[in-house]
Amino acid sequence: MAKVVLIGNLAQLTGGVAEFTLSATSVKQLYQQLTALHPELGPHLQEGVAVAIDGQIYQETLLEPIGPDSEVFILPQIAGGCRVGR
Amino acid sequence: MAKHHIEAVVNGDAVEFLCETEETLLDVLRDTLNLTGSKEGCASGDCGACSVTLDGRLVCSCLVLGCEVGGRRIETIEGMAKGEALHPLQQRFLEHAALQCGICTPGFLVASKALLERTPNPSEHEIRFWLAGNLCRCTGYDKIVSAVQDAAATLRKG
Amino acid sequence: MAETLTNGHTQSYVGTRTIRPDGVDKVTGRARFGADFSLPGQLIGRVLRSPHPHARIVAIDTAKAEALPGVKAVITRDDFADQPSEFIPAGEMMMNYKDVVRNVMAREKALYEGHAVAAVAATSAAIARRALKLIDVKYEVLPHVIDVVEAMKPGAPLLHDDLFTVGVEPKPDKPSNVAKRIEIALGDIEAGFKKADVVVEREFKTAPVHQGYIEPHAALASVSEDGSTELWCCTQGHFIVRAHCARLLGLDIGKIRVTASEIGGGFGGKTVVYLEPLAIALSRKAKRPVKMVMSREEGFKASGPTKDGKFVAGFAELKYQAGAFQGSPVQPGVMCAYAPYDIENVKVIGYDVVSNRPKVAAYRAPGAPISEFAVESVVDEIAKKLGLDPIDLRMMNAAREGTKAAYGPKFGPIGLEETLNSIKKTEHWNTPLRKWQGRGVASGFWFNIGGETCASLTINEDGTVSLMAGTPDIGGLRASLSMVAADELGIPYDKVRPIIGDTRSLGFTFLTGGSRSAFSGSMAIVEAAKQIKAELCARAAKLWELKPDQVEFAGGSVKAVGAGSEKFKPMSIADFAKIAGKTGGPIGGYGRINAQGAGPSLGTHLVDLEVDPETGRVTILRYTVAQDAGRAIHPSYVEGQFQGGAVQGIGWALNEEYVYGEDGKLQNAGFLDYRMPVASDVPMIDAILVEVANPKHPYGVRGVGETPIVPPLGAIANAMEAATGIRFTELPMSPPKVLKALKDKGANGKN
Repeated sequence: MAKVVLIGNLAQLTGGVAEFTLSATSVKQLYQQLTALHPELGPHLQEGVAVAIDGQIYQETLLEPIGPDSEVFILPQIAGGCRVGR
Repeated sequence: MAKHHIEAVVNGDAVEFLCETEETLLDVLRDTLNLTGSKEGCASGDCGACSVTLDGRLVCSCLVLGCEVGGRRIETIEGMAKGEALHPLQQRFLEHAALQCGICTPGFLVASKALLERTPNPSEHEIRFWLAGNLCRCTGYDKIVSAVQDAAATLRKG
Repeated sequence: MAETLTNGHTQSYVGTRTIRPDGVDKVTGRARFGADFSLPGQLIGRVLRSPHPHARIVAIDTAKAEALPGVKAVITRDDFADQPSEFIPAGEMMMNYKDVVRNVMAREKALYEGHAVAAVAATSAAIARRALKLIDVKYEVLPHVIDVVEAMKPGAPLLHDDLFTVGVEPKPDKPSNVAKRIEIALGDIEAGFKKADVVVEREFKTAPVHQGYIEPHAALASVSEDGSTELWCCTQGHFIVRAHCARLLGLDIGKIRVTASEIGGGFGGKTVVYLEPLAIALSRKAKRPVKMVMSREEGFKASGPTKDGKFVAGFAELKYQAGAFQGSPVQPGVMCAYAPYDIENVKVIGYDVVSNRPKVAAYRAPGAPISEFAVESVVDEIAKKLGLDPIDLRMMNAAREGTKAAYGPKFGPIGLEETLNSIKKTEHWNTPLRKWQGRGVASGFWFNIGGETCASLTINEDGTVSLMAGTPDIGGLRASLSMVAADELGIPYDKVRPIIGDTRSLGFTFLTGGSRSAFSGSMAIVEAAKQIKAELCARAAKLWELKPDQVEFAGGSVKAVGAGSEKFKPMSIADFAKIAGKTGGPIGGYGRINAQGAGPSLGTHLVDLEVDPETGRVTILRYTVAQDAGRAIHPSYVEGQFQGGAVQGIGWALNEEYVYGEDGKLQNAGFLDYRMPVASDVPMIDAILVEVANPKHPYGVRGVGETPIVPPLGAIANAMEAATGIRFTELPMSPPKVLKALKDKGANGKN
């Protein structure tokens, strides 16, 4: 079961809950499971976040695999030399 | 108001053009003579990207009027290489990676050439102060200075 | 870590200092930048800009301008459809087009001095200028606010009546100028501070600065009667420009072709659109090409930081001005603030605040120089309080592989310690100083990104290779990509000829920014080369009637392997090129990736300076940069990034700022008074290349472009403290400010 942590303002959409333990094996499944628990998160997960899986930050990815013991962080999207609109 | 009819020599070629009173030499070079190597960075003589020589004197072409250059000799970046042979300054700039975006490079080359023609063995201090009229935002000037020093040495060897 | 990644083959070029392929054109004046393009019959476009920092636009009357002979089109807010307020992806970024359309052309209000209100296209620049004067705009001038703290106060002049702060509970029922509040936290900040033996708390202030690119914005648009649009512009991202223009003008993306010209500097400032949508709208109306170039003044007005020394707690509150519309880089500022250090308990809060200034665009590591300036200053004070060497203190607390960042994940391999060690070993560090001279050190961090990237390699009939990349080349990229292609294919460097493709020639490619173009571009080239090598092996296997596992590509040729292989003469790329048609058709590879695995780049800067107590002038005596590049594809251009970023940081620390009057109008909209460093202001910048391989890149490459601007602010502030005994908490440390501080100190009798 992967350990998942929401960073920044995202936890405000879950009533303050920032840590989850989920069985997701891909980023796509992770978003599905989080949205099922907290529907308000849904649109924010689709656009504007980056995902760190075991220390590696991924941006704009649905298909990246998540391992059974992975540590996952959901972060605001990082864009450099260019502004983030959100 | 009728345009002025001007005859001058640009990079060794006789040229003839018409210009409005308020047109600068930079405007004429770029828009009328299609010599776009000299660049407009500020139009107020602060950045040196428009540097050319006028009768051998280094000037900002944005501060010279087109109608002032009748009968005079202008040298721009386009006249620096001779046939296929790059000027040593051009060659050294490439070797030293003395350019990144390249917009300031024509101005620096024209200004450096003017320096080395009067001071063949300039100190680092002299190079930096002579080139203080040319702004570069990309390189931090380090490799430009190295390239000019190297080119100076090459030119002194003859 | 001495391991060098080579992707399994010899590297003759990567790591060497080749001549860039676009170099000859750049040193002869032949290269064409944004303003160097012209089309027959073109019109000149110019923009009418608000003289007021905040005003309601009551009415715009363009009749007299339209009637002026030579004027072929006039546009205002009525020529742009309004856009709903929603954050939508625009080629990988989140944009709120309601803000973008208003920044490109003011609608209800002018929100800063310089805000575009109308534009004309005429047969000459002189007629266009005259036409602007004939446009009659009725303004209702409103009170303005240009200070971030003032803008946050209740009762401050309100820019947008539909801006409600996001990120606070309960949700506010009244609009304000605070667009967003964000927060990251690690551990328990209260407990951390209780544990601490020494606490240093300071307030810092920095001023808005400009990227200072020497080339003003320029665009040339040509719209046909069927709506097909061609656009040439200097931009860091022509695919992004295409996305914005399509949206703002209601066009299919495929109907617009954007060609990126050579670009004369960007540093983040050319990642957004200003003139492009206006040029297209004017051309559409006039049915002729329209060329628009910003003046330098327009550029400034319209376009926009337990006594053993172990850190146990770090807190920061950041208030960033976004300009007229939300979107300051406070998010990365928050995330980077403490990133170089391993601290158990961290809390950083950030506010994104609007004000009556031009909307900010990114500037090299946006947000990070400001927050890291504050942290590096405080780290230096802690070192002094504890009597510790500032490098040793940083070493003790340095983030390394496995350290948990304050924004969540653990770091992979990073090179901060290596840069600190490199600085400590320099002769610079060990040189004695005199009175009024001071030495300062600071470290810095930036994430770097990857992103969608396309690049193609095509084998020509004579065996030369055409390389096409999708990220505009802002400083030597074509050299690096050509070196990678040459090494991957085992061919001479000068047989690779690169271009930057236009938006019709390649798939979507994210812009040049985030220190990504060499990192992502090289990965796309490796992918394209991989496809070519596979194709050549397949063809060889068929030609030689061998099985696929009996051929391999090595050292620039396809070879037969195994028993009987000596019968087959190896075939080079050129050999295959000659028979390409007969063996199936032209040979090429097309890398289309979303590059992941970008590794952060950390650096440490060392500066010696001297203060003139009579004038307040600061002279930089000596400067050394040590930064982790992962792997330098072209060492000269990597050094160039270190040196260029350092000098921008020097300018930011010592002199650059937007100077506004009480009337909210910019007073220094030119290079004379917006004082950037010139050659006589700085010494040689020594560059130390550290290489801690990024394991996620085939060669270990890390982006390097942004990190160099992060440490200088702190390093120079720390050197100033050493030279004067004064801790400067406000930037820039310009001569009047330095003189005043020296006088105040003298007046207090502390000198």
